[in-house]
Parts: sequence; C-alpha cells; structure tokens
Amino acid sequence: MWKRDESVKPATPPAPAPAAPAAPAVSMPAASSERRTQTLQGENVNIGKSVIIKGELSGSEDLTIEGNVEGRIELKENILTIGPNGKIRAEVFAKSVIVLGEVTGNVTASEKVDIRDNGSVDGDITSPRVAIAEGAHFRGSVDMQRSGAKAAAKPAAAPAPAAAAPAAPAAPAQKVGA
Amino acid sequence: MADSARTMTEWLGFLGHRRTAESEPAAVTPHASAPELSHPTKSLQKFLSCLQAQENPVLIDLGPVVGSNVTFFGEQLGCRIRVEDIASDIEDHIKRKATDQLPAFFAARFPQPPASVDGILCWDVLDYLDRPAAQALATSLTTILRPDGALLGFFGTGESSQPQYTKYIVVDPQHLRYRHYPASRPRQRALLTGDIIRMFKGMRVSDSFLMKSNVREMLFRKNPA
Repeated sequence: MWKRDESVKPATPPAPAPAAPAAPAVSMPAASSERRTQTLQGENVNIGKSVIIKGELSGSEDLTIEGNVEGRIELKENILTIGPNGKIRAEVFAKSVIVLGEVTGNVTASEKVDIRDNGSVDGDITSPRVAIAEGAHFRGSVDMQRSGAKAAAKPAAAPAPAAAAPAAPAAPAQKVGA
Repeated sequence: MADSARTMTEWLGFLGHRRTAESEPAAVTPHASAPELSHPTKSLQKFLSCLQAQENPVLIDLGPVVGSNVTFFGEQLGCRIRVEDIASDIEDHIKRKATDQLPAFFAARFPQPPASVDGILCWDVLDYLDRPAAQALATSLTTILRPDGALLGFFGTGESSQPQYTKYIVVDPQHLRYRHYPASRPRQRALLTGDIIRMFKGMRVSDSFLMKSNVREMLFRKNPA
C-alpha cells in the first residue's frame, strides 16, 4: 500500500484552469496537522474527516470541512460548510456558514448562518439572517442587528408570519386587568 | 385524436397536480405531520411594540431554542437574542437532586450587567419552580432589565399533573403554537396574580390577559429608575 506523506500545501488539480483561483491559503503558524487531504471540486475545497488543523485557515473559495479545525477560519467572500463529521473550535468569519457538524466558537457571517438538523453551535452568532433547524443544538446569542437605520417598514399590523397560517380561529381573549 | 389529446391533457394535468402535491411538503415545517393548533396571543404584539421603539434591542429568551422564533424576533426587531433555556437548568437540578440549590443558582444565573436588557421572553418557566426559586429568578430578571424594558410572562391558571414543558412557537404576532415535550416534574402550584405582581417588585403590569387556553399572559414594564 502507498503511504503518502501529505504536504501542507493544497493539492494541485490535475488540469488547473488558468483563470481558476488558487486553493485557500492555509496558513498554519502552529500547525500540527497529522494528515490532510484536499480535493478540489471546481471551487469547493473539501477537508477530509481525518484532517486536523490548528491555526488560521483563510481563503477565497467555498470550503467544506469534515475534519477538526482549531483556531480561526476566514472565508469572507465564500461559503463555509461544516460537514456532519466536522468539529470546529474556532472563530469563524464567512459570507455564509452552513453547520451540519459541531462548532464551538463565535460565528460571523455577512449573509447567513444556517444550523441544520443535528448541527451544533456553542457560541455567539452574528449575521443578518439565521436559520436554526428543529433538532439543531445552539447555545449562545444571535445578533441580527440591522446595519442601517431602523427599517421604516415595520407595520405593527401585518408583519410577516413566521410559519404556516393559524389552524384555529382567534378566540377572543378576556382582559383581566390593564 | 381528440380523445388522445384529452387523454394527454388529463395525463399532463395529473402530472401537474402531482408535482404541486409533491412540492408542498418542502414548504412546511418538519412537524407538520403532527398538526398543532395555534392559539391566539394578545400580549406578543404589545411586547413587540415595546421593543420596536428601541434601536437594536437586546432580548433574552428563557425558553428552549426554537429556530423559527429566533428568526422571527431577529427579523422583527433586528435585535440581539440570547437564548437561556431555563427548563434545561431545572431538569439538570432535578437530575442531580439539587432543586434546593435553584434559588442560589438563579441569583447568579445571568451574566448580563444590571439594566442592560431591553426585553425578556419569560414564557411559563416560573410555573415550574417552587416559590423561593421563582422569586430568585424574578429578582434576577428584574435586575438585568433596563428601566421601561418589557417582560412577557405566561402563567397557568390551574393545577396540572402532566410532566411536560411547553415550547411556544411564534406563528405570527397574534398566534402561538404550543408544542409539549417531556419534563421530569409537572408545573408547581399555580401562582396567584397578586403573588406574581409581588414577585416582580420594581415592575408594573402593563397588560394582562386571561386566554381561553387557560394561560394568563402578563406584560410587565420595569419602572423608570
């Protein structure tokens, strides 16, 4: 059997397109990676489940992590997916973050954070849009502060419903006190 | 030919109908298979109105994490929400047979500085606590709420032997869906309205509603400093 010593550098695609951006710049100041596999699939980089990274991970491509990462992840213009096997103990900054595995640390996304079923986040989330599925674990705070001024479009009478239409008619309430 | 055209139309119509039917489940929630009635709420809209005047308010939700609620309040208020699941705290103490430590626990439960929170969704957690623990929790909540901040509390009107908690899922500002899940012990003795008011010393009752679901919805506002 081949026993390959994987290099720290990302694997070069077999036929790299000239215009294709480089794989994520992985800087690992305190790197103690045991083994690391990266597969380039278009612009989506996959970090396999046997990979352990300690340090700073940054790049300009979408990234899927199935392994363990400790430190800091920065993909400010791209989508970060924590796969079902992924375990992250890091500060995360990305355009969008999809969590199917475990994240311990604060998550900041400029567009959306999506914690899927069985996904877990222990930390504070900052994002204009947050979706937490039934069955997901979340512990922390969610900051969905609007960046601009308070939206004027906030009619008290007709806010968007969060779920399906009510199944029962509105029963009149009895006012007890005021 | 006409027959075949009709047959084709029917066939296409059949496919079209099926496509619509198949696409529907994706739009509904995962628990749509078990229909849950939605119950009217009178106080939620008022609670939202209290916070909408505030720029980027800070909100604490004492219920379990409900993703759609987080999204709802985030989008309605543009707020910072912290979910502090009090039911899990109670469960933890029951399992450790340490419910007598709950008052001390709640006295130091919240890391927020005094008068730093704009709104608290208390739901019905006080119903699951005995009097000293409920008082300790109410005092802590009053402390962290800013002057004129709002607290929404639900209180049962009668005894219940069902060991279950209730998740309150916001359907819209006028409706909530109640979803029950198991608890280690049922609600404790129902609190009298006067006792509830005394428990939240330093706050005033802004609105109080007795709903047909036998829930008293009470909206408190903290007195100005």
